[in-house]
This record gives sequence, C-alpha cells and structure tokens, in this order.
Amino acid sequence: MNQNLKKINIYSIYLGAFILILPIIAFFINAFSFRWFYPQLIPKELSMQAWVRLKLIPRQGNRTLEGFLDLWATNPTVIKALINSLTIGFVVTIVSIIIALPAARVLGLFNFKFKKLIIFLMVSPTILPPIAFVLGLNINFISLGFSGSFFGVCLVHLVPIMPYVVLTLTGIFANYNPDFEYQARTLGANKFKTFYLITLPAIAPGMVVAALFAFLVSWSQYLLTFLIGAGKIMTLPLLVFSTASSGNPALTAAISIIFIFPAILILFFTSKFVSGESSATSGFGKI
Amino acid sequence: MTEVNIVNLIKNFSGMTRPAVDNISINIRNGELIALLGPSGCGKTTILKMITGLLTPDNGDILLDKQSILSVPTEKRNVVMVFQNYLLFPYMNVNENVGFSLKMKGDDPKIINKRVQEMLELVKLPDIGERRPKQLSGGQQQRVALARALIANPRLLLLDEPLSNLDAHLRDEMRELITSIQKKLEVTCMFVTHDQEEAVLLADKIALIFDGKLQNFAEPKEFYEKPINVSAAKFFGGVNFIELNKNANYFHSSIGNITSNQTNINELNTKCIATIRPENIKISKENIYQDNFFKGKIKSVIFSGTHTRYKIVINNLNLECSLQSLGIQNIKKEDEVFVNLPKDKIWIMNE
Repeated sequence: MNQNLKKINIYSIYLGAFILILPIIAFFINAFSFRWFYPQLIPKELSMQAWVRLKLIPRQGNRTLEGFLDLWATNPTVIKALINSLTIGFVVTIVSIIIALPAARVLGLFNFKFKKLIIFLMVSPTILPPIAFVLGLNINFISLGFSGSFFGVCLVHLVPIMPYVVLTLTGIFANYNPDFEYQARTLGANKFKTFYLITLPAIAPGMVVAALFAFLVSWSQYLLTFLIGAGKIMTLPLLVFSTASSGNPALTAAISIIFIFPAILILFFTSKFVSGESSATSGFGKI
Repeated sequence: MTEVNIVNLIKNFSGMTRPAVDNISINIRNGELIALLGPSGCGKTTILKMITGLLTPDNGDILLDKQSILSVPTEKRNVVMVFQNYLLFPYMNVNENVGFSLKMKGDDPKIINKRVQEMLELVKLPDIGERRPKQLSGGQQQRVALARALIANPRLLLLDEPLSNLDAHLRDEMRELITSIQKKLEVTCMFVTHDQEEAVLLADKIALIFDGKLQNFAEPKEFYEKPINVSAAKFFGGVNFIELNKNANYFHSSIGNITSNQTNINELNTKCIATIRPENIKISKENIYQDNFFKGKIKSVIFSGTHTRYKIVINNLNLECSLQSLGIQNIKKEDEVFVNLPKDKIWIMNE
C-alpha cells in the first residue's frame, strides 16, 4: 500500500512537471514552424522565418559567420531589448542587495518597537497592485525628469523587488550569530576583513537566493517599465506583449524563448541554493 | 605577561534602573588567573566586552601595563576572547582557524604553519589540522579555540564560561590543561562564570559581583572561610546563619552566647551574623565541649557517600552539619545531641 502510494506520488510529480513543460514545448515547435494552425497536430512545414524576421538569423543563402555578424551589427530590436532587460536586472539586483543588507541585519538580529509594523510596510508592495501606485508615481517621476530614463525604470523596479530581498536576507540574519564577527575582531581582523572573511561566507548562499528573486522580478516586469519607461526603454516583456498583440504566433514564440532562456539558465545554476538542505535560509545556524 | 588595572569602571544601559557595571575596580598582576563570578545578568560579560572593546565604558579606565586601552580599536588591543560556544569559523579547517590571527598580522605562511603545529601540540591535538570544526567533539573544539587564542600571544586572555559546556570527566581534563598552559605561557587570564565550583577550581583569585557591584576580590579559600556578607556566603554554599547582637566580648543570639577568635571584631556593627561551614560543626551525644556548645535535636540524617548530613534544630534555629561517614557515631533521627560551633571556625560578618 505504502509502496503504491509512493509510486502514485512520483507519477503525479512527473505529471505536474510535464504540464508545466508542455507550453514551453509548444513554444519551441511554434518558433520553428510556418503557419501552424488548428486542426493540424504537428506543423506541416518547419521554418526559420520568425528568427529571420527578428533579425537574429540571416536569410537563406547568407548564413555564414560574416552574414551573422553583419546582421547583428544592425542592432536588431530584440537584442536591444535583451541587453536592456539584462542591464536593468543586474543593476537593480546589486542596488537592492546593498540597500537591503543593513536593514535585514537590524530586522534579523534585534527586537525593537514597531518592528512588525516596519516589516508590514516593507512587504506592502507585494500586496498592492502596481497599477494602484504607478500612475501617481508617474506624475512625480515626470516632474522630477525620471520618466523615460534608464534611471527611472531601475528606481521603479526596486519597489516590487525590495520586499523579497529584505525578507530573504532577514531570514538569514535571524539565524546568524554576530559573535563570530566579535571573535574575528579580537583575533586582530579589522572591520573590512571581518566582513569579507567571516560575514560574507555565512550570508553568501542567502544573498544568491535574494539576488535570484530580485533579478527574476525585475526580468518579468511589464507594467512598471511600460509606464515609467514611457516607451523609450524597450525591454523583453514589452516586446513580447507588443508582438503577441500583433498576432504572429511564431514570432511571439521566438521572442518568448529568448525571454525565458536566461531565467531558466540562472535558475539552473542557483537551484542548489534554493533547496531546503542548503544553508541559504539558515546562515550560521545549521552549520 | 601583562598587568591589568580596571579602574572605577561604570556602564549604563538605557532601560535599566541600575548601572550594569557599577564602579568596579580590579587589579590583576602578571600571569594571574582571575575569575569574575556572579549570577547571570550581574554585569560580568559586560566587563569582558568593555575590555575587548566591543562596548565603551561610560566612566573609568582599563589599563594594560599602566597604559589605557580605551582608545585602541578591538583588533589592535591583542586581548583575545574565547567564547563559551567556541565559535570556530565553519568555513575554515582547524589549521586555518588556529592561524587566523597570524594571517591577520600578515606573517609568512611558513612561520604560520610552524606556529599552528606548535599550538596544536600544546593543546594535545597534533593530528587534526585538516579537519573542519563540525567534525570535532565539543572538547576538541574548545581546545582548538584555546590554541587559536593563544597563538596570538595575547596580552590578556579572556575566557567565557570555559568549563560549563563540558561533561564532568572532560571538565577535570580541561581544567588541568588550562591551568598548565596558562602557567607555562605566563599569560594573564580572566574568565567569567556563574558557577562557583568552576571559579574555585580554576582561579587564583575570584572577583565576586552582584548587581554590577564588586562584593569581594580575594583567593577562593577566603570565600568559604571568611565571606564578606550573607549573599556571598550563600553563593558559596553557606547554609548556617545565626543572628547576633554584639556585646563587649561575646555575642548574644537566640540560642545563647557565642564567642569567637575573630580579630576584626571592632569593625562589626551591633547587629551581625555568624556563619559556619557544615563540615566544621561538631556533634556528640555526650557533652565533651568547652565553649560554644548548645543542646539540639536531630531532625534528619542524610547519608551521601563519604559524608553524612545532619539537620539539627536548636531552639528555633536550624543548622546543617556534615560529618565524614567513616567512623561515625551512632546518631539517629530525634536524638538529643550537643552541638559545638568551634570558635576558631565560626565567622562573624555584617549583614
């Protein structure tokens, strides 16, 4: 009985994974097919036309190294959007961690008046729909001259990101023992060396998880980029939306693959820190 | 080899009605091993933190070899602390842990390796250099922590409850190791503990602290034989207290007059308290005593191996007496006995 239950459990996990992967498989077929419509089960004809239209792959007969380089030198929109998304993602990730680190340390290590209220205020952006505050924010940003700028978009991305980063890092510091730092100080390590040799190794796994959250939240941000960027800052989610509304499934699928690929790559390399056994969520506590 | 002077040290914390450390002065000679003893919350750890520089005193001074260290940052004081839970750095192996302070000084790696090996041999763990802290037992971790502290040649070594995390059989071993190393390297050493046994076992001198105030700073023996007040006596296991009224050359109490050999009688107030260790009280069925003897009744007899404890009541006063079980007289519960409080063993103090 127990054995059977275990089998059922395993199969249901496989089924769940399959259901999650199915749309991604459909993306891949769509991106490399030509006019794949209902009721065809598989596409009649495979084609690179979507990738050619995105100016990522040269036209047939021109697919040499030179052809590729010449094409990419024209700076296609999708590459511009990819670079924008990556840059904004990296900048807000680093900035959010630098801002969150001292806050998380205080929230994790100390108890003080109104601590719960402060945590609630910090988490509130996750409850509040972005549309509720971004329109008001937009007016302020326009008057400050941030609207339509790279800086403005990075700034507004920090709003939904900070709760995740602060909470993840707070969890680490809740199990962190600052006496390790005092010990290092009495053994002759100055403040910088103490941070570098003692604090950083203890919080690094948690910082990876926080960075992952930060990057992925920024990566999938549509509304905030759209409104604050005022159409001047083109990122991948914006491109996906505009292509999808133009009604070319192959093109949409191709952009979507470019959109999800970096996210999957990052998840793949950081997954060991996210699992329950890692010390990411425990600081020094479990070591 | 460092002389340590703690001068009128005061530390207040906001939200506390009394100072955490209230005007404490302690002078420690070269190479002495000192215990700061007191119940938890008495301010002893605060004193350690001020010596290491993790806290700044509100008033007073800390001198090492007559020079104030208050303006020196923690990492330059060369005052090393061994924490109660050892705090070996988990991302480093034993060699790296022990060599940490030398690496911070920027010493040559070859010299560091040699010194690390020397230190590990000193704490009798020569072959564990490659291991990680979590692969070590509690006792081993503490020895590594000790080696890591001593390698820096600290001017003052601070230990936080050095024996309290260890099993009974490891305690003895560790006590011998600490005292032998401390005498060998002649390092001045100070440790805090709430356990009077730990303090008595290790220390040359004990500073007893209650509520941030220094009660007494003296050799361990004195705390047993000549306690400064009732709470100090109780902290060291004193159970027998007799209220006295001072007269010209004797003391009056509810059980009769008591005489004493004590020389500082002039310093005592009219109302004072006598105490005597249970093992110094003598009892007998016949009256064989010259002075300080009283008639009492045995309330209970508790056999505890080498010693037997008797609870005695004299008038309304309860006393406890502990006799060696070997060669014991046949004294039972409810027996009438003569109780002798030898006048060279009784100690009289102000309340």
